[in-house]
Amino acid sequence: MALTKRRFDALIIGAGGAGLNTAIQLANTGARVAVVSKVFPTRSHTVAAQGGVNAALANVMPDNWHWHMFDTVKGSDYLGDQDAIEFMCREAIPTVYELEHNGVPFSRLDNGKIYQRAFGGQSQNFGGAQAARTCAAADRTGHAILHALYQQNVRARTHFFDEYFAIDLIRDDEGAILGALVLEIETGEPLLIEAKSTVLATGGCGQVFRTTSNAHINTGDGMAMALRAGVPLMDMEFFQFHPTGLAGKGMLITEGVRGEGGYLVNKDGERFMERYAPNAKDLASRDVVSRSIMTEIQEGRGCGPNNDHVLLKVDHLGEALINKRLPGIRETGKIFAGVDAAREPLPVFPTAHYVMGGIPTDRYGRALAPEGTGEEVVLGLYAAGECACVSVHGANRLGGNSLLDILVFGRAAGLNVLEHLEQHHRPMNQASVDQAMERLGRWDQKGEGVGVRELRDEFRKTMEDHAGVFRTEEIMLEGVEKLKSLRDQLPDVRLQDHSKVFNTARIEALELENLIDCGMAIAFSALNRKESRGAHSRPDYPSRDDVNWMRHSLYSRKDDSMDFKPVTTKPLSVETFPPKERVY
Amino acid sequence: MKFLISRYNPDIDNKPHMQEYEVEVSRGMMLRDALLDIKRQDESFSFRHSCGEGVCGSDGVNVNGTNKLACITPISELKEPIEVRPFPGRPIIRDLVVDMTQFIQQYKSVQPWLVREDPMPEQEIRQSPEDRDKLDGLYECILCGCCSTSCPSFWWNPEKFHGPQALLTAWRFLADSRDQATDTRLDALEGPYKLFRCHTIMNCVEVCPKGLNPTKAIGNIKNLMLKNAI
Repeated sequence: MALTKRRFDALIIGAGGAGLNTAIQLANTGARVAVVSKVFPTRSHTVAAQGGVNAALANVMPDNWHWHMFDTVKGSDYLGDQDAIEFMCREAIPTVYELEHNGVPFSRLDNGKIYQRAFGGQSQNFGGAQAARTCAAADRTGHAILHALYQQNVRARTHFFDEYFAIDLIRDDEGAILGALVLEIETGEPLLIEAKSTVLATGGCGQVFRTTSNAHINTGDGMAMALRAGVPLMDMEFFQFHPTGLAGKGMLITEGVRGEGGYLVNKDGERFMERYAPNAKDLASRDVVSRSIMTEIQEGRGCGPNNDHVLLKVDHLGEALINKRLPGIRETGKIFAGVDAAREPLPVFPTAHYVMGGIPTDRYGRALAPEGTGEEVVLGLYAAGECACVSVHGANRLGGNSLLDILVFGRAAGLNVLEHLEQHHRPMNQASVDQAMERLGRWDQKGEGVGVRELRDEFRKTMEDHAGVFRTEEIMLEGVEKLKSLRDQLPDVRLQDHSKVFNTARIEALELENLIDCGMAIAFSALNRKESRGAHSRPDYPSRDDVNWMRHSLYSRKDDSMDFKPVTTKPLSVETFPPKERVY
Repeated sequence: MKFLISRYNPDIDNKPHMQEYEVEVSRGMMLRDALLDIKRQDESFSFRHSCGEGVCGSDGVNVNGTNKLACITPISELKEPIEVRPFPGRPIIRDLVVDMTQFIQQYKSVQPWLVREDPMPEQEIRQSPEDRDKLDGLYECILCGCCSTSCPSFWWNPEKFHGPQALLTAWRFLADSRDQATDTRLDALEGPYKLFRCHTIMNCVEVCPKGLNPTKAIGNIKNLMLKNAI
C-alpha cells in the first residue's frame, strides 16, 4: 500500500508550551501548520510545571532583565551562552505580557498586576538581596499556560494530529530536513508529513532515570530523532535533580514552597541549608540544594526509620497562605504521602527532573551541527524547549527559567520559520523514508526475545545507579559498560503484541529505543567531563576547571564520539560576566 | 487482589469482555500502578496514562461503576474485585481507550479562549485579586472527561448538549473580568439543548477528581442569562 502523504508549511512535533507557542506565531499569520503530538496537547508535560515563569516585571520589588541575566549566568555555572541568556531575559518581559493577554489566569497582587514569588538563585543588583521574579498562577502555572496556549491555537485553527507518534525525520539528498514519518496510534498506520520547516519540541527525557518527576511520555523522542539524523546532542551530562521530589515517589514539590517561606530540616530538626548556603539558604541553586540533601543523608542525618530523606517544613506558613498559593502541593502531599502539608512536614528526596542539554540551536531555534572546524545550521530543522540546548541553562537551570525557555524560544523559532515560508517543498531522499519505515517495521518481527519492559527497567535502574547526583570515574565506567551491554540487547527485543489499533506496547518499544539513545548521550558525556560544574558533580574532580572545561560537550551517536565547542561569553549588548566562584 | 478488566481489541474481538487478573498490592498503591502491573503481565493491554499525579488528565476510567483518575485513586479505597471499564457512553477504541472526539468538540464549541475587544495594554491587563478569585474552581479543569462521560444528559445527546466540562469552561470565560464577549457567549448557549439539557443530576460534581463543580457553573450561567434578560 502506498504511504499516505500530507503537506504543510511547517511541522511541529510536540504540543507542550514550546510547540504550541511556535504554532501560534505561525497559525496567527495563516500559515499551514501541523502539530503532531503523541498525546492530546493538554496532556503534555508542561501541564505539570508548578512554580512559575521568570520575568523581571518588577511587580513586587525593583528588578531588571540584566539582574535576571546575571543570576542565570551564575546559575549556569558559567557554561550558559551569554548572548542567548541576554536575549531570553530581555524577551521574558514581553513574553509574559503576551501570555497574560492570551488568557493565562495569573495570580494577582492588590494593584491588579501579576503576582511574583521568590525562587531559588534570584537576586537583586547582581548577587544582592533575594528577588521575586517568578510569575505564578498559584502552583499550577504550567497547567494555566498550556491550556491557554492550546485554546489560542484552537482559535487560530492550527491543524492538530493528536495521538500521532513521530518515528524519524526525513531528509533530502543534501541532508536538509523535509518533515517526518509519523504513526497514527489509533489505527497503527504510518503517515508521511512533508514540511518546509520541522520543529522538534518534544520535551525532556527524564524517563531515563528510575525515579523522576517526569511523566511516562518524557522519553526524549526528539533528541533521539536528531541523533539518528546525524545531529549531535550538547551538554547532556548536565541533568538536574530537583531537591524536593516526594520521597520514594518522585512527584515534584515545587521550589515555590521554599519561595513562600518553607525550609528543609534534617533528623535533628536543624535547618541545614544555613550551613551550605549562608545567604540564600533554602533558595540556593537547585544543584547546591540537592547535593546538600544527599550529603546530609550520607552523613547519617536523614529522617525516617531508614534515614533516607529530609523534611520540608511548610505548616508554619499557615493554612490560609497554603490554600491560596500552594493548593496543588497540599493535594499532592495528601494523596501520595498521606501528609497534610498544612499540619506536618513533607518527606522529600532529590528526583531526576530536567535535562539542561539537548539539540544544539542558535537563538532563533535553528538546529546546529558541526561542519569543518565550526558549525552550520541544519537546513529545515528547528528545536525548542527542553529538547533543545541554546544554551541558556548551561550546567544548571534556575527554577522558573524552564517555562521561560520554552516560551521565548518556541516563539523565536516560530518567527524564524515564518521567514522561510516562501521556499518550495523539495524532493525527499527515498533512503531516509525507507530507513524510517524500517525502524517501524522492525517491531513486526515475531518470536521469543527480551521484553521491552525488562530492558527498560534494567536500563533506568542502571542510569540511576551510575549517572546520578555524585559521579566518580569508577561508578561511571562500570555504568557505561553495563549500558552498552543493555543497548546491545536491543536487537533481541521482541513484541508479543503485533496488533494495529492503539497498540501501546509498540509505542513503548519505540520509546525504549529513544530512551537508550538519550541515556547513552548522558553517560558518555558525563564520563568524559573531568571537572565538577553545576549539576555534574565529580568527587574525584571536585573543582570547576575553567581552563580546560569551559566548553560545551557534543555527543554523536556514531561511535559514541565526543566533540566540543566553545562557550559564547560575549552577550549581545552588555559586558561579559566573567566566571567567578559560585557561592550562595 | 482480584481485578476484572474490560478488554477489547477490534482486530480479534466482536465485543468487549471482562478478563480477570491478580495483582499483588502494596501500601500506597494507586489504581494506575495496578494497571501498569497488569500491563507487565500482558503487554497487549492498552490504556492512556502519563503524569501519574493527576494533572495531565489522561487516565480517566470507570472503576466499580464510578469515573475516576487512575493515578490518584488509592487501591485501598476500592472494593474487591476491582472492576475497571472504559468511560461509559463513548465509542471504545481498544480496552480502556475511548474515542473522546465528541467531548473535545463540545469543549471547542464554547469558544474556550479569552476574547478581548479593547486594544491590548503594553503591560498586563489589570485584574483585582477578588476578580481573579472568581476563576478558582474553574481554570483547574484538566479535560479528563470524568464529568461529561458520567452525565446521563450527555449520554443521550452528546452531539447537542455541551456537557458539564464544556459548560464549566464556558463559565470560566464568562467569569473572567478580562473577557469581553459575554453577550456572544450567552447568545451561543441559547436553545433547548446546549445548556438547558442539564437536569442537575450532579454526577459531574461527584466524580470530578479536581473537586470542581460544573453544576454550580451551569447555575451561574443561567443566573447571568436571567439577569441580562431583565
